[in-house]
Amino acid sequence: MTAGAEVTVLPQPILSVKGATIRYETAEHRVTAVQRASFEVHRGDRFVLLGPSGCGKSTLLKAVAGFLKPAAGEIELNGRAVTGPGPDRIMVFQEFDQLLPWKTVRDNVIFPLRRAGLAPREAGLRADDYIARVGLSSFAALYPHMLSGGMKQRVAIARAMALEPAILLMDEPFAALDALTRRRMQDELLRLWDDVGFTLLFVTHSIEEAVTIGSRILLLTPHPGRVRAELNVPRSIAQGGDAAGLARRIHGLLFDEAPATGRAAHG
Amino acid sequence: MADILHAHPFERPEYVREPEAADPGWTSPRPRGLLTRITDIPAVRQASLLVLLGVAWQVYAALLDNTLMLPTAGQALEAFARGIVDGPLLERAWTSVRVLLGGYVVGFALALVLTALAVATRTGSDLLTLLTAMFNPLPAIALLPLALLWFGLGTGSLTFVLVHAVLWPIALNTHAGFLGVSPTLRMAGLSFGLRGPGLVFRLLIPAAFPAILTGLKVGWAFAWRTLIAAELVFGVSAGSGGLGWYIFENRNQLETANVFAGLLAVIVIGLVVEGVVFRSIERLTVRRWGMQQQWRAE
Repeated sequence: MTAGAEVTVLPQPILSVKGATIRYETAEHRVTAVQRASFEVHRGDRFVLLGPSGCGKSTLLKAVAGFLKPAAGEIELNGRAVTGPGPDRIMVFQEFDQLLPWKTVRDNVIFPLRRAGLAPREAGLRADDYIARVGLSSFAALYPHMLSGGMKQRVAIARAMALEPAILLMDEPFAALDALTRRRMQDELLRLWDDVGFTLLFVTHSIEEAVTIGSRILLLTPHPGRVRAELNVPRSIAQGGDAAGLARRIHGLLFDEAPATGRAAHG
Repeated sequence: MADILHAHPFERPEYVREPEAADPGWTSPRPRGLLTRITDIPAVRQASLLVLLGVAWQVYAALLDNTLMLPTAGQALEAFARGIVDGPLLERAWTSVRVLLGGYVVGFALALVLTALAVATRTGSDLLTLLTAMFNPLPAIALLPLALLWFGLGTGSLTFVLVHAVLWPIALNTHAGFLGVSPTLRMAGLSFGLRGPGLVFRLLIPAAFPAILTGLKVGWAFAWRTLIAAELVFGVSAGSGGLGWYIFENRNQLETANVFAGLLAVIVIGLVVEGVVFRSIERLTVRRWGMQQQWRAE
């Protein structure tokens, strides 16, 4: 399956994480959440960070977003070190309360666009465009509390996409939705990717979701989070290929006893 | 079709590897130097700020060199200490605090009744809205002449204006807190069979506690202001005056250092109540329950 043996010039990655170690400090403790993780995300990737809870995938995403600073290693976006949060990396969170309750759907999308320096008219047009892309045009004048969970996530996604960031970050954005809505949102996200062609870094603990969403999957093991594997999702899977086979393979990699560590971390 | 538009950008080989071994001590106690350990204590940080402000005062007063207008921080502290050791300061403070607590407790109880009524019935809600709109902007001290007419010169009048000062801010905040309780939580409570007072005391009050606490703090500050102002206006009540009277008396005698000592007493009591009483309540309630985060703008 591996192509690219004949590739001679390596394209520049959009995002490169090099040996990132990230620690949390509380008043009494210091815990390493991610230990020397490295990976590269290229333009147009749907890159998934996958692992059980405690593998540091959300931590890694927060570090890419600039909310956390790695204790060691580097995170570079288009060759420049990430020093803090910024509009070139927009995060869509799992929580439904990421929208501003005091603004309508449309104003929620416009707000960061204006902050980014767009003129009112331009911001309005772009907001309308992206709201239409997520199918919420008739809800643009409503306030967030009037929307269902899935609609709120659509607004958050529209708001993030409207900024046209270098990379879209998503932290289990569909985890709090019901299974049917989640399924539909996953399909919609893929359709939006077809439409817009953004670069996506997506965190999930669901193997099924990773196989559905991802074009490339980074597997992480927990306590502390370390890289286990990086896999391609064959394009044939989107056309009904052997998704279950890939899922089984990932399951094996994540949960089988790793003989080299020599001891069982979990039962 | 999509794949034509967005051909996979860069096919690269897969890899699988054994995860590297976890670093020894990947989870460990946080090493804390002596300096971090000391500066981790908020009281220490705030005390150092206080010392800085005191030094600024001292320097400015020394430059001004006018004891009548502005005694130095040292002189004020000295007068404060003297007032406590062999002066009437403690007694005066106690007189004030006693009256204050009386009014505060009554005001708080009334506020609870009013807001409980307001969440239970529509009339109660109307009543609370109307009363707070009418009386909250009314300075308590403006009621003092009337209070003197009704209750005479003494604790009765003081308590009356104190209740007025405390009642409205607490009622307003508590009510806002009740209205802010999430419908989910309220529905959960109703499903567990909570009704009326049970709902108020077992669910609404804890859930609205951050707002109630704000109301209590604002009410406390209002009470102090009102009390000191009232004492300044009509001075001695029933033989021994409070701190306001102490301040007024000493100003008349041009003992400016003692005036500052009286003010310091008010401030110290305020600091103790904020730093010990309210802080402890916060730690035991809203902090522990995770309702109040501590975060700073980066």
